[in-house]
Amino acid sequence: MIPAQFDYARPASLDEACQALASDEDAKVLAGGQSLLPLLRMRLAYPSTLVDVGRLPDLKGVHDRGDHVFIGAMTTHDEVVRSGVVTAGCPLVALATAMVADRAIRHRGTFGGSLAHADPAGDLPAVVLALDGVLVARSAGGEREIPAADFFVDYLESALEPGEILTGVKIPKLGAGWGFHYEKFHRTAQSWAIVGVAAAVKRSNGAITEARIGLTNMGEKPLRARATESALRGVELGDQVRLACEEAAADTSPPADLHAQPDYRRHLARVLTHRAVRTAAGSP
Amino acid sequence: MPRITVTVDGITYEEDVEPRLLLVHLLRDRLGKTGTPVGCDTSNCGACTVMLDGKSVKSCSVLAVQADGGDVVTIEGLGADGSMHPMQRAFHEEHALQCGYCTPGMVMAAIDLLRDDPDPSEETIREGLEGNLCRCTGYCNIVSAVRRGAQEMGQAVSKQ
Repeated sequence: MIPAQFDYARPASLDEACQALASDEDAKVLAGGQSLLPLLRMRLAYPSTLVDVGRLPDLKGVHDRGDHVFIGAMTTHDEVVRSGVVTAGCPLVALATAMVADRAIRHRGTFGGSLAHADPAGDLPAVVLALDGVLVARSAGGEREIPAADFFVDYLESALEPGEILTGVKIPKLGAGWGFHYEKFHRTAQSWAIVGVAAAVKRSNGAITEARIGLTNMGEKPLRARATESALRGVELGDQVRLACEEAAADTSPPADLHAQPDYRRHLARVLTHRAVRTAAGSP
Repeated sequence: MPRITVTVDGITYEEDVEPRLLLVHLLRDRLGKTGTPVGCDTSNCGACTVMLDGKSVKSCSVLAVQADGGDVVTIEGLGADGSMHPMQRAFHEEHALQCGYCTPGMVMAAIDLLRDDPDPSEETIREGLEGNLCRCTGYCNIVSAVRRGAQEMGQAVSKQ
């Protein structure tokens, strides 16, 4: 379908973009448009104005900042996947981003856009949540940092205020001893995850000392599998890992849709968490 | 109404466009480039795939204003002097189409794929074309065509 009418603004600076958003609460940021344009075409969204930040150079690029990697919000998925800094500093992000949608969409879709869209079925929110990423937002009032745990508020709703723009994300680097994996279950090649699991696991002397697990599409927002994370602490690889992963769906409220009922999603969460943790721990 | 400048298949156009105009509609309805079809209209099928600044995009998911200043190549801009591009010819030779609706997008996505791997394996081709759907399910012949097209484009070193 053809989208409903809207105005179009192409600000020359980030400040101008913030002003344009602050002056109109029905305005929306246009980044790569790969989530927004389908919504507009299906007439599921009616923004008054699209503020196109696609040409603002400050928002693009990946930077190695010592203890973390900074990924500019307008960096495309394709650029993230090809970035040596991402591959070296936060390889879980590179792995999961390579599974987002398909090649053509990865050429346009952006890292920041897919987080600001806050779709719990998107792959990257659960990954950034699992890695304790910090989201950086700019407004006329200045800059603020929002931990991923506070950023995802509800279905398609982030903590960004009107007039605020996501400028980038800090991804803390994992030190030595960490392994990682993203396990995505979907029915057709480029479709959304029915359930996805992002796992980062640290081992020392054969035992798991810390695990961080993010769940895709298991509720209104991306979730951490906290019960499994606790149960994995101190555990050696083997049956105990499987038992710990039985807790993966605890405190989740997965949706029902054409692809799966909640009980099936809970089953998937347990199975996929086990696979992701085992692979992250180095024993696929 | 915003005015944009966009180069399509080597010709530069200046157009006044509504902000909501999609690139695929600019191509088809304004510039007459009907070689690029609208397929699913939900960014799933890839039939509308074109190159924008050298990279494949789904033209139903790009606004014309986003393509301002850009260089677009459609299926109609591939051949030269009335002859088919090697990838088009390979699709013909390998019978890689039945109804043909997905073919323009498949050909564009296949050419894009070769930027990364000039001699792709079957697996690489299948993965690289995951965003393009053929509902006649002619994937076997499509994969053969991409292998052949790659070889005929002279960039391939046979792995066989």
